[in-house]
Amino acid sequence: MTVTERPADPLEPAPPELAGDDLRELWEDAPGLVGFFTTVDHKRIGIRYIYTAFVFFSLAGVSALAMRAQLASPNSGLISPGTYNGLMTMHGTTMIFLFNTPVLAGFGNFLLPLMLGARDMAFPRLNAFSYWVFLFGGMFMYSSFVVGHLPDGGWFGYVPLTSSTYSPGHNIDVWGLGIIFVGLSTTVGAINFIVSTFKLRAPGMTVNRLPVFVWSMLVFSFMVLFAVPAVTLAEVLLELDRLAGTAFFVPSLGGNVLLYQHLFWFWGHPEVYILFVPSIGMVSTIIPVMSRRRIAGYLWVVASLVAIGFISFGVWVHHMFATGLPPLAISLFSAVSLVIALPSGVQFFAWIATMWRGKVELAVPMLFCLGFLLIFLLGGITGVMVAVMPFDWQVHDSYFVVAHFHYVLNGAVVFPIFAAIWFWFPKMTGRALPERWGKVSFWVMFIGFNITFFPMHILGFLGMPRRVYTYNDGLGWNGLNVIVSVGSAIFGLGTLFTLAAVLIAARRKVPVPDDPWAADTLEWATTSPPPVYNFAAIPFVEGRHPLWDVERLRRARPGAEADVGLEVDGAVGRSTPVTSGIDTLPEGVLHIPAETWVPFLVALGLVTLLVAALVSALTVAVLGLGLAVGAATTWAWRTEADLR
Amino acid sequence: MTVVDLPLARSSERTRTTAWWGVAMVILTEGTVFAILLAAYFFLRAASKDWPPPGVKLPDLKTAVPASFLLWGSSLPIFAVEAAARRGRWGVVRAGLLVSWLMGATFVASTLKDFQALHFGWRDNAYGSIFYTIVGLHAMHLVVGLTMSLVVQAKSWLGRYSPARHASLEVFSLYWHFVDLVWLAVFPSLFLSVRWR
Amino acid sequence: MSAALLGSTSVFQGAGSEGRRIVGLWWLMFAMGAAVYVVVAGLVLTAVVRGRRRARPAADSPTADDRFIWIGGLAVPVVILAVLAVVTVTTTSNLRPVRAGELAIEVTGRRWWWDIRYPDQGIRTANELHVPVGRPLDLVLTSADVVHSFWVPALAGKVDMVTGQVNHLRVTVDRPGTYRGECAEFCGLEHARMQMLVIADPPDVFERWMARVRSGAGTTPEDEMAARGALVFQREPCGGCHTVEGTPAKGTRGPELTYFGGRRTIAAATIPNDPKELAAWIRDPQDVKRGAEMPPNGMSAEDLDALVAYLESMR
Repeated sequence: MTVTERPADPLEPAPPELAGDDLRELWEDAPGLVGFFTTVDHKRIGIRYIYTAFVFFSLAGVSALAMRAQLASPNSGLISPGTYNGLMTMHGTTMIFLFNTPVLAGFGNFLLPLMLGARDMAFPRLNAFSYWVFLFGGMFMYSSFVVGHLPDGGWFGYVPLTSSTYSPGHNIDVWGLGIIFVGLSTTVGAINFIVSTFKLRAPGMTVNRLPVFVWSMLVFSFMVLFAVPAVTLAEVLLELDRLAGTAFFVPSLGGNVLLYQHLFWFWGHPEVYILFVPSIGMVSTIIPVMSRRRIAGYLWVVASLVAIGFISFGVWVHHMFATGLPPLAISLFSAVSLVIALPSGVQFFAWIATMWRGKVELAVPMLFCLGFLLIFLLGGITGVMVAVMPFDWQVHDSYFVVAHFHYVLNGAVVFPIFAAIWFWFPKMTGRALPERWGKVSFWVMFIGFNITFFPMHILGFLGMPRRVYTYNDGLGWNGLNVIVSVGSAIFGLGTLFTLAAVLIAARRKVPVPDDPWAADTLEWATTSPPPVYNFAAIPFVEGRHPLWDVERLRRARPGAEADVGLEVDGAVGRSTPVTSGIDTLPEGVLHIPAETWVPFLVALGLVTLLVAALVSALTVAVLGLGLAVGAATTWAWRTEADLR
Repeated sequence: MTVVDLPLARSSERTRTTAWWGVAMVILTEGTVFAILLAAYFFLRAASKDWPPPGVKLPDLKTAVPASFLLWGSSLPIFAVEAAARRGRWGVVRAGLLVSWLMGATFVASTLKDFQALHFGWRDNAYGSIFYTIVGLHAMHLVVGLTMSLVVQAKSWLGRYSPARHASLEVFSLYWHFVDLVWLAVFPSLFLSVRWR
Repeated sequence: MSAALLGSTSVFQGAGSEGRRIVGLWWLMFAMGAAVYVVVAGLVLTAVVRGRRRARPAADSPTADDRFIWIGGLAVPVVILAVLAVVTVTTTSNLRPVRAGELAIEVTGRRWWWDIRYPDQGIRTANELHVPVGRPLDLVLTSADVVHSFWVPALAGKVDMVTGQVNHLRVTVDRPGTYRGECAEFCGLEHARMQMLVIADPPDVFERWMARVRSGAGTTPEDEMAARGALVFQREPCGGCHTVEGTPAKGTRGPELTYFGGRRTIAAATIPNDPKELAAWIRDPQDVKRGAEMPPNGMSAEDLDALVAYLESMR
């Protein structure tokens, strides 16, 4: 690609072809509630994903605190066994399906187009659709809470416990169908991330200039495409057994209960990394900014992300070491489970190397990143330990494993998410968070986290099994359980400080500069919050760190008007350029569809169908199906026009 | 003028629309669904002493084989349709789509008829469950494909396509080839491999 | 409950051939893990402290960065993981070997108790696993309903009890004692109350126990109270689910009750076995263990006392 005309003086202001106001008129959503339901703006959807996920996070947190209250003393009768099992099931299910995955999808949604220099995702309507499906799926799963029968088969719902023989109620159906439904949302989102990254990168953003966070979302998305089908099928077959009377998991009819475990963990282990990969993508974005230098070993960081993506599909059997599989098979999986530590090691030392030669600033996002490093290190070490199968035979399904996976799933995912909130909140809202509240929040969370989860390792060695609603007095577990319960309350309190900070920011309305951290990626090139169209002119990327490499790009925001940017073949209206996958040569433009009711209606139709089918309300089911199909057909019919 | 102007000679090579890429990704994940289901089939089979269980009569090949060739053959007109669409020969497009639709529909009808003739139900045993699930899921994909074809055919009759822009036709073609390919894996696994032992 | 009624649950006991090796493995891994943690966390903190003191970032040095990443993130971990791989293979190959003279014991997981059979000796018991010290055991594990997991932390790693599948756990108990066993796979409402005692005795003590159980001695009521209790047992629906050898009670849905009086605990190691607790249990099992499948019994106080006396007399 040749640049025919370069600005003589980059600082000289000049009116662009289309001023910000005209663009705004083209892009703005309808006001009020109509706009709320019809928007396809990736930023609104992304933020919506994040706060919805945090509502579910608080539900999961409350259930965790309730469980810890019950376990604070032996033989406690505070919570009935049935309720405890329900809380335990919904805590795990919520954290994995309704918090971690969607909150990462939310950040991906908000950030990806901005980082790519695009004006929206490749499929904006599909994006809205995946949010509505997630919201309805989550509400559907919690609807069993309202009628008093929580799903109580454990978050991995092993058969035959979850078969209709041992769990006759509809609560398991709600759980299984909910997982299938939420999986649809995740898959649709992943496809959107992949195609956006392939086709909507700003000219010049070649493969080796892709921000690490974008790489991580790409790996996340491909993992989703290959892993989610397994859990969807596990639940589909389970529901067929339960509702249609098939025999997949009925041993007396030739079925096999381990088939369910294989299917579940073929998704379940990659899922751990599906959550972890975007989290480390965030950390790899924040640490260099806070160290005022490029990330060390970009190539190795990216390579290890990709390697994690591949290797994670070869380790699922380490969740099944105790099921009596042949020794040779489990030795193989044991070896692969050890090998997956290597890319994480590379990643870790890249972060240390980055800080080693940098100028480190301990702002709140950086504190959360450091907390993540110290927690993930321990979780990684215990992860290597449980890959050693004789040791796993002892600690598997004990509190040691509960400690381990909270270090990696809570510590190494939730801490980066909090770092991300503190880092990108100013960009999302244009307002400053009160720094002091953040520091308090971090320290209380960090201390509370370790008080909660570290003693669990010891409880595991003392023989405390997972998922017990109570335990006998005199086993030597009492003291540690008190400490754990107190710690969980401290951890919960710590998260409230961040919530308070957000509320304070909402009230005080302290404005922030567009690029408060002096960061390198393109989202900081536009205003805070970004205008609906993201960029007045499409940025032209000349390096891996656009804003550090090309100082003048800093003024590509509409306030100062673009002085470096592209007019891409008519991409001036409600459209964004499409570029070729490898070298990002412009290929054409993608018209961004206007706001529409269609995604909301399709999702609404589908969830209606789901609920009606479950309560056998045939008419309503047909209405739901009709709504979904009807809306989807309009969607398909209009597609051609939008692709022109 | 400080906005950088770039020469945007549109590449003469055929570029794929975002919709094409999107469906390609759908195919990736759907292909995984079928791969996992077939893996489950062989897992259940390996874990069972007898496969199929004693007393179960295997599905008949007399109609299944010709029907399968009909399905695989239905991809051929689609190749012609794709080429014709790029040249703007809409008569060929309409005819090809119709022929392919009829071939696919015949296959679906024959599958449903075969289901009625089977000597086992899907509740009888795990063999029946997985057989019906895989064949049924594939048939559902075909029904979706046939529906897409109807939309595409309607668009081609209404003249909504141009040689440069016919994304939904491209997307449908890709999907239809995929559904045919899946049967290339399903048919030998479910109908033939049980006979070799 | 007192310590003797609870049994030890600590992995560190290492009282079995398997458990002992795993404890050794743990301490090796602990030493390595702790060293890695201290060194790497030290590097993190040093990097932060150094980085904070700087006025501006140091000059970029991609070669230095790469060397650091390759050595710290790849070379050193490869060595550590290789050591672990070797240790894993050697430990695993030494675990669970088939040995001559094994005592086979079938343990079947039920919701929420343990059904125990000694197939070669033809005896059945529940929730208390008597084993001889020093003799290799072949525990034959399966489930009658949902998936359970057999875990006695002091003796060995766990093995799942999978529906429709038989698994083996081969272990030799090294030291006499009472060890607590637990269900380690979530199995529904009373998963927490599915525990057991493993009573490991010197061979002669074990043989005496075995001989007595096989003889059937002491199961016929001797005093009047117990005799009346036996009648109550037969009159009430107890025999539909429970077995007492030498009587018409042949039910298999619930735990075997022959020699019940010799057991230390009730309801899968939930409460101690004494007359008061037993009476409360029989009257309303769900008050003790919510999910217990045994129905409440509304018999008269006299009948209940007699029944308790009968059950406790069989020892």
